[in-house]
Amino acid sequence: MTTTTATHRGFWYRHPGLRQGGLLTAPMAWLVVVYLGSLAALFLTAFYQVDDFTGQVVRSFSLKNFQNLFTTSAYYQSVFRTISIAVLVTVLCLVIAVPLAFFMARVAPRSWRPVMVALVLTPLWASYLVKVYAWRSMLQPDTGVIAWFLKPLGLGGPGYGYLGIVITLTYLWLPYMILPVYAGLTRLPDSMLDASADLGAHSGRTFRSIVIPLIFPSVVAGSIFTFSLSLGDYITAQIVGGKVTMLGNVVQQTYVTNLPFAAAVATLPVIIILLYLLAVRKTGALENV
Amino acid sequence: MNTAIRVRDLRRTFGTVVAVDGVDLDVIDGEFLTLLGPSGSGKTTVLRMIAGFERPDAGTIELDGVDVTSAPPYARDVNTVFQDYALFPHMSVLENIEYGLRVKKVPKAERRARAMEALEGVRLADLGDRAPSQLSGGQRQRVALARALVNRPKVLLLDEPLGALDLKLREQMQVELKAIQRDVGITFVFVTHDQDEALTMSDRIAVFNEGRIVQLGTPAEIYEFPASEFVAGFVGTSNLLRDETARAVLGNAGTWSIRPEKIRISAAGTPASSGERAVAGTVREVIYVGMSTRMVIDLAPGGTLVAVEQNSGRHADERLSMRGEHVTLLWNTEHEYSVN
Repeated sequence: MTTTTATHRGFWYRHPGLRQGGLLTAPMAWLVVVYLGSLAALFLTAFYQVDDFTGQVVRSFSLKNFQNLFTTSAYYQSVFRTISIAVLVTVLCLVIAVPLAFFMARVAPRSWRPVMVALVLTPLWASYLVKVYAWRSMLQPDTGVIAWFLKPLGLGGPGYGYLGIVITLTYLWLPYMILPVYAGLTRLPDSMLDASADLGAHSGRTFRSIVIPLIFPSVVAGSIFTFSLSLGDYITAQIVGGKVTMLGNVVQQTYVTNLPFAAAVATLPVIIILLYLLAVRKTGALENV
Repeated sequence: MNTAIRVRDLRRTFGTVVAVDGVDLDVIDGEFLTLLGPSGSGKTTVLRMIAGFERPDAGTIELDGVDVTSAPPYARDVNTVFQDYALFPHMSVLENIEYGLRVKKVPKAERRARAMEALEGVRLADLGDRAPSQLSGGQRQRVALARALVNRPKVLLLDEPLGALDLKLREQMQVELKAIQRDVGITFVFVTHDQDEALTMSDRIAVFNEGRIVQLGTPAEIYEFPASEFVAGFVGTSNLLRDETARAVLGNAGTWSIRPEKIRISAAGTPASSGERAVAGTVREVIYVGMSTRMVIDLAPGGTLVAVEQNSGRHADERLSMRGEHVTLLWNTEHEYSVN
C-alpha cells in the first residue's frame, strides 16, 4: 500500500507561526509604534528644557520641570486638587455603583438585565461635550435646575467650581464603574452567598466578608477608569470649573510656550496610576479570584 | 425516636411551574435520609426550603420541634454541602472551615482547634494553608463537608455533593460519607438523582416525582416493593409487563414488575420447578457489562424482559454469541410484584 501526502491545501494549517503573525502584526504595530512610542516620547520630553530666549526645545536632560511643578504653589496645588477630585469622583462612583450593580446583578429579575445594562450605557451614546454643557446649565448659580431644586430648602446650588467638577465627572464616569462591578457580581455564584448565610452570617456580614473581597478586582478595574479619566480631564474643569483648574488645564495652558513642562505635567497622572496599580497588586487581592 | 425535621404540606411554585406540590416529611433524628428523584422533581427545592434559601408559598417546616418556616438561613441550626462546594476562593482551606465559627464569635483558640479537628476528620490535616483552587475535586468535597460539620449542626443537608466527582471517587466517597455520618451521629438529608447512590447510603429513601413524595421507605422496601410504576422504573431497571402481555405471560392483567436479577436464563424447554414460572423467549440483545451480562429477551407470549446474570459461570464470549437463541426464562412467582 502506498501513501500519498495531501499537499495541495492547508498552507496556513502547516504554518501556525505565520497564522499568528498575520493576526497580530497590525495591532502590535499600533501598540508599539503609536501607543508606546508616543508615551516614550512624552516621557523623554518631560526631561528636556525650553530656551528662555528663543523658545526652542533644548534636548538637555534635567529634572527642572518636575522641580518647577512641585515648588510653584499654583502648580502643586493643582496637582493635589486634581488628585483629590479624582479620588472623590472614584469614591462617589463606588458608593453609587455598588448598590446599583448589586440590584442589577442579584436582585432584579434576570430578564431585566439587558434593559438595565442598556440604560446604564445610554449616557455614553451622547457626546461628552453635550453632557458637560448640560451640566453647565444645570449647575448655573441661581437659575440652574439644581439651584432651583435646593432653593425651597434654603440652600444655594454648588455653582461652578470644585463641587461642580466633582458632580459632573461622577456623572460622566459612573457607567465605567457600574459595568465592571456588575460583571463581577454576575460572576459570583449564588451558592457562595447561600453558603455564607448557611454558616450563620447575616446579609451585612456576607457583604463585608464575601461579596466585597470577591468583587474587589472588578472595583479596582472600575476605579482605574474613573480615577484615570478624572486625572486627565480638562474640558469639564473649563466648562463647569469656574476659576478652578486641574492638571489637564495646566498642560493646555503651557504646551505651546513650554512643551517639556507640559509633558512633565502630563507624565504625572501616568505615574500616579502606575503607583496605584502597584499598591493594589501588593495587597494580593487580584490573585486567587 | 425524635423527629429532627417535620415538614407539612410544603408548596412552592416558580412562575407557572409547580416545583413542590404538597410535601409531608418526617426526618428521624440521626438517620441518613435520601431525597431521590429525576431533575425537576422538587427534591432540591425541598432541601433549599429546609436550609432557608427558598421561602415556601405554603406549609410549615419544623426543626427539632421549632417552627422555622420564616426564619432566615443564618438563624437555622442546619448546614449545607453544596453541589459546587461553594468554597470561598479568597480564603484558605482552614479559613473556610473556620468561617462559621468566626461568624458566631467562637474564641480564636477554640476555633482553630475545632477547625483542625474537622480537617483531620476528613483526612486533609496537611492542606489547611492551601487555597481551594489548589485542591482536587474530591478534596474540595471534603473541605465543604468539614466546613459544614465543624458547626455541629442539628441536621446536615447535602445537595448532590458527589455529582461532580468521577465514578471511582464517587463510590469511595459514598462509603466515607456513610461512615462519617455514623461517627458524628448527625442527621443527614441527602439529595441525589442517582439510584445506586441512594440505595448504597440511605437508611430511608423518599422518592420524588413531579413535586410530590411518591414513596418513602428503606432501600430494600423501595427496590423490592416499588409503590408505583414510576418508582419501579426509576429505581432499578424498568422491567414491566402491562395489561395484555401481563395477562398472556402471568395470567393476570395490570402492571407487574420483575427485577432482572430474579430471572434465570435456561436452555429452551427447561421445565419449571414448583413455585416457579417458565416462559419461552428469544434473546434480542446481549450487553456485556463486566461484572454481569444483561440480556434483553422478547417473550413468546409478548412483551420484553431484561435479565441480568453474574459472569461467574459461563464464559462471557459464550454469552455474547447467544443473540437470537431460543431460551426459557425462569423465576419464582413470589417475585412477580404488582405495581398498580
